Amino acid sequence: MKITTETGERHVLAITVDNEAGVLAKITGLFTARGYNIESLTVADISSDHALSRITIVTNGPPPVIDQIIAQLDRLVPVHSVTDLTDQGAHVEREIALVKVAGTGDKRIEALRMADVFRAKVVDTTLTSFIFEITGNSDKVDRFIALMRECGLVEVGRTGVVAIARGSEAL
Amino acid sequence: MTEMSGADMVVQALVDLGVDTVFGYPGGAVLPIYDALYKHPTIKHILVRHEQAATHAAEGYARSTGKPGVVLVTSGPGATNAVTGITDALLDSIPMVVLTGQVPTTLIGTDAFQECDTVGITRHCTKHNYLVMDPDRLGPIMHEAFHIATHGRPGPVVIDIPKNVQVATGTYSVPAFIQHNSYRPQVEPDAAAIAAAVEMIAAAERPVFYTGGGVINAGPDASVSLRQLVALTGAPITSTLMGLGAFPSDDDKWLGMLGMHGTYEANMAMNRADLIIAVGARFDDRVTGRLDAFAPEAKKIHIDIDRSSINKIVPVDLAVIGDAGRALDAIIAGWQAAGHKARDLGEWWRRVDGWRATRCLDFPEKKEPDADIMPQRAVRALFDATRGCDPIITTEVGQHQMWAAQHFGFSDPNRWLTSGGLGTMGYGFPAAVGAQIANPDRLVICIAGEASLQMNIQEMGTVAQYRLPVKIFILNNEWMGMVRQWQELTYESRYSNSYSDSLPDFVKLADAYGWTGLRIDTLGELEAGIRTMIDTPGPVIVDCRVAKLANCFPMIPSGAAHTDMILQPNDIVGTMDDEAKALV
Ligand SMILES: Cc1ncc(C[n+]2csc(CCOP(=O)(O)OP(=O)(O)O)c2C)c(N)n1
Ligand SMILES: [Mg+2]
Repeated sequence: MKITTETGERHVLAITVDNEAGVLAKITGLFTARGYNIESLTVADISSDHALSRITIVTNGPPPVIDQIIAQLDRLVPVHSVTDLTDQGAHVEREIALVKVAGTGDKRIEALRMADVFRAKVVDTTLTSFIFEITGNSDKVDRFIALMRECGLVEVGRTGVVAIARGSEAL
Repeated sequence: MTEMSGADMVVQALVDLGVDTVFGYPGGAVLPIYDALYKHPTIKHILVRHEQAATHAAEGYARSTGKPGVVLVTSGPGATNAVTGITDALLDSIPMVVLTGQVPTTLIGTDAFQECDTVGITRHCTKHNYLVMDPDRLGPIMHEAFHIATHGRPGPVVIDIPKNVQVATGTYSVPAFIQHNSYRPQVEPDAAAIAAAVEMIAAAERPVFYTGGGVINAGPDASVSLRQLVALTGAPITSTLMGLGAFPSDDDKWLGMLGMHGTYEANMAMNRADLIIAVGARFDDRVTGRLDAFAPEAKKIHIDIDRSSINKIVPVDLAVIGDAGRALDAIIAGWQAAGHKARDLGEWWRRVDGWRATRCLDFPEKKEPDADIMPQRAVRALFDATRGCDPIITTEVGQHQMWAAQHFGFSDPNRWLTSGGLGTMGYGFPAAVGAQIANPDRLVICIAGEASLQMNIQEMGTVAQYRLPVKIFILNNEWMGMVRQWQELTYESRYSNSYSDSLPDFVKLADAYGWTGLRIDTLGELEAGIRTMIDTPGPVIVDCRVAKLANCFPMIPSGAAHTDMILQPNDIVGTMDDEAKALV
């Protein structure tokens, strides 16, 4: 017998939650317990009184599973709202990566040229290394990192996706 | 607003919340609360013999009264022992609040004596949980916890209270009105959805009601409304294991339970219906059987208070989110306002009667007085003997549970207490203890298997201590019968570890605990034995020896369609392929 899995679609969910101990564990635990995917997860406090946090989760699943994820998240006691930004339509997604590249000579020059094309900023430099800061959607960051692998990439740190719907409305 | 110790606040909150009974077991980390309880004679504390039993007793209390069950246990092993019952309450949507002691805040995270990460361990088996770090928060948290446990879809809530928070003083405050800022379940159904439901029901030619535990949770009035709607529409009705009692089993609209061990008529009606009205039921895999063959011709209306139940397993045509009772009332009002009359469902009923004619619950038996007792016969005899006594029946888990569901008839809600979702062996006896505490004058009977009973048999001591007249009726087949049945179906009768060896002498055990013990060996002794059990005051254990190898039918093997029921033992095919073996 073989175990098969269904293919899915990528969805970006914005979740507002009470900013209290255990909430993140509740949410990530829900994903593991029910077998849902997390491609990326970011969380930060967003209200002036520090009462609320916003969690952005990029997940992947067939449409009924995405519906279930939203319903399951929504019934957790500390969850205020769950919005499927992908479903809502136009939204902006951004991610920051810090990319360390080491090398000298041609490779170093090539890295700098490519960074320029991608509008990555140099945030630290030594005679044998650069740290680039790149901001963009995940595809752009992926492509930049792939190119840097050819130019002496030694380390990457990424924030994961934050996203917000276009237009004047709030969640 | 008064200044008092955390422990006093806990007890004060229990008093303010109208709690009369706490099931618990003391230990170092809850001693301050136990000391506070000592001074409060209005709260009865029931000392169990194992914390798991405290949780099931609280479930039995809750299920038989509709009020939340309350549990008090110590940190570490006290809390971990409670986890099974907490999970059971989550899966069966039972309102329960569990207070656990914790090591002092200063020691949390140091692997202190009897420390465990209770909120971590219970995070996914509770509806919500709290770790209280400040005594000032205790009042609001206690009140909020009861609110969450009992509102929306009910469930268990854990409050973990470090010992220093119990000892420290603070201000006890009672929230005037709980409007949780994020948890606001929808109880009032949407009017447009109700209108659509009314029209779908009025247009259906082959409707069937499929109801579940949600109707029971919605309170006794919901059962009254259900009866009214069924009468108005003239449609047949079936129910899940958890929903038994919401509709009277002697009504001619009643098809019996559906699902894996449901009746032929109930499952066939689901399969051929053109409309299924699901009320407080969640399309569990025990109910649906093979999903791609489930109710292929039916439109589905799903009434549920939990939005995540909608479309979770079976996509439905109309979702009505809200309290089952209010939704039923709204449908009745809509039906009457539209002037609908019950349609002529004669053709549909003729088909239903055709399925009923298979008499799927009949079983072969010998009638001589010295014959073996068929377990089904034992349940029917128990049912007949207790008619008019309005008994509360609890069960353990296994074949006896399914026979009880099939052969015992219920006319009202809150009389049938069983572990459906988690299927916890060891549930039934402590649940009977909880039900008996809540209903001191009622006849409470636990229909048990000899294997399951041993999982919490230590509670015989609790029963003796509080002089509870609980009756345990063991269908003793000397096997973990349900396991043996699956081994016959799936593994060519290789009986790996399913024999109940080295059983205690239950009559002597009764004697040891100061109970009355009886043994019934033959059909001729059955009725008199049951009579004696009912007429004997105080707790009684009946070791009813039944046919050892009887199996529970009808049965839909896991992964099979409703139409592929095994009706009789001879229908069994032998082995199964791996896909089928992989299903539970
Ligand atoms: C705690 C727990 N462990 C294991 C099981 C699996 N299980 C289901 S039924 C059963 C056998 C029950 O035997 P018994 O209580 O004698 O009931 P019978 O089926 O013979 O009526 C077992 C082991 C379970 N449901 N719960
Ligand atoms: Mg048995």
